[in-house]
Amino acid sequence: MLNALFWIIRRDLIIAMRRRTNILTTLLFFIIVVSLFPLAIGPEIATLRLIAPGVVWVGALLASMLALSQLFEADYQDGSLEHIILSPQPLSLLVLGKVIAHWLITGLPLAIVSPILGLQYALSNDVLLIMIYALMLGTPILSLLGAIGAALTLGLHSGGVLLALLVLPLYIPVLIFGAGAIEATASGLGGMAHLSMLGAMLLVALIATPFATAAALRIVSD
Amino acid sequence: MPSNIFQFSSPATFYPLAGRLVPWFSVIAIILIAVGLYMSFFVAPTDYKQGEGYRIIFVHVPAAWMSMLIYLVMAGWSIVGLVFNARLSAMMAQALAPTGAMFTFVALWTGAFWGKPMWGTWWVWDARITSELILLFLYLGYIALIGSIDDRRRGDRAGAILLLVGVVNIPIIYFSVEWWNTLHQGSTIKMNAQTIMDETMLVTMLIMACGFWAYSIAVALIRVRQIILQREHHASWVREIIGDQA
Repeated sequence: MLNALFWIIRRDLIIAMRRRTNILTTLLFFIIVVSLFPLAIGPEIATLRLIAPGVVWVGALLASMLALSQLFEADYQDGSLEHIILSPQPLSLLVLGKVIAHWLITGLPLAIVSPILGLQYALSNDVLLIMIYALMLGTPILSLLGAIGAALTLGLHSGGVLLALLVLPLYIPVLIFGAGAIEATASGLGGMAHLSMLGAMLLVALIATPFATAAALRIVSD
Repeated sequence: MPSNIFQFSSPATFYPLAGRLVPWFSVIAIILIAVGLYMSFFVAPTDYKQGEGYRIIFVHVPAAWMSMLIYLVMAGWSIVGLVFNARLSAMMAQALAPTGAMFTFVALWTGAFWGKPMWGTWWVWDARITSELILLFLYLGYIALIGSIDDRRRGDRAGAILLLVGVVNIPIIYFSVEWWNTLHQGSTIKMNAQTIMDETMLVTMLIMACGFWAYSIAVALIRVRQIILQREHHASWVREIIGDQA
């Protein structure tokens, strides 16, 4: 069982490495969106510090959502998704593997570059650290929840816009607690309570969402 | 007359049954809502703290109840649809969705009207209001999803999964006033304790809630009859009905 999980993570990572521009476009989108706000709002440090948590998280949400369409699309087009569904391994496990690979490609880089973006917003070191923690815990939830939406809208004409409508409302709790952790640390309250909530949500999402995604994929392949 | 209640899970037997039920629920809804509105404007006493403005709760609270309840009923139909593979349950969920979205919007809108004189603001980012707004997005997302899938069978089942995922939001709305200490007040009507509310007010609110129930059932049945006709238009019994009317 675990072999199948590792196999599909490895397979998706190899495919992603062969098409590296896809990884970079998501990351660049995130960097550009976050860099637009100081230009639009003005470079006052007090204002930037105030809006930084929200801007970083909204940027992460949008970047993660845009990357979702790549999650199953290629496999669906070339027919390998059918084979994955027909394989004797549990589909929810394979889905989990695909989501983990997708997060390693799209979510993890966001968390890694976020401190550099935080410096643009004049955040202090301990706030930067909490921001990495929050993104590390939060972005996998985004990938897990988003996978359900990606599976439901697979192959539809209006897929992209519809996906946003389905997935963004589900992202709101992650946004609230993720940005809350950064903000609470910045105001001296400590972000551990928010991080614990994010951790709890991640555990629930890890257990529950692969089944929903697997069920949605089965509908598509019927 | 079918001898077994499960025979009503067939659109052909449910269609006439729904047609017979619609007038009853419509009449009940009109009477209860008329009585409820009369009581809420003229019978219920003026609140000692909030004056006359509080009267909007007679619409606000029942609408908010219905917004959550209809979502749960839709999720229930989704489970039935996924487990028994019954077409009619997906049609029922689809028929309820616009009504649920409407009540969610009414709850938010009347809340804004109440919030302006009482809190001094149309909108606050409070836990209950935000989660109710998410509920509105979930309803709209469901309607958009089933609307954009051409294959009916796939649309039914995809909608069912989306509804079941979104059901997490309902307990969050319900318990939000207990879990978070934000602006929206706690519930006055409790199951396990003495209600701290004037009896006339309580009765009025319950009459309005029952009226909204009857309205929802009537509208959903009317809508499900249209959906049945649209989807089963190839069946001979539908041809006969359409032929009669044409």
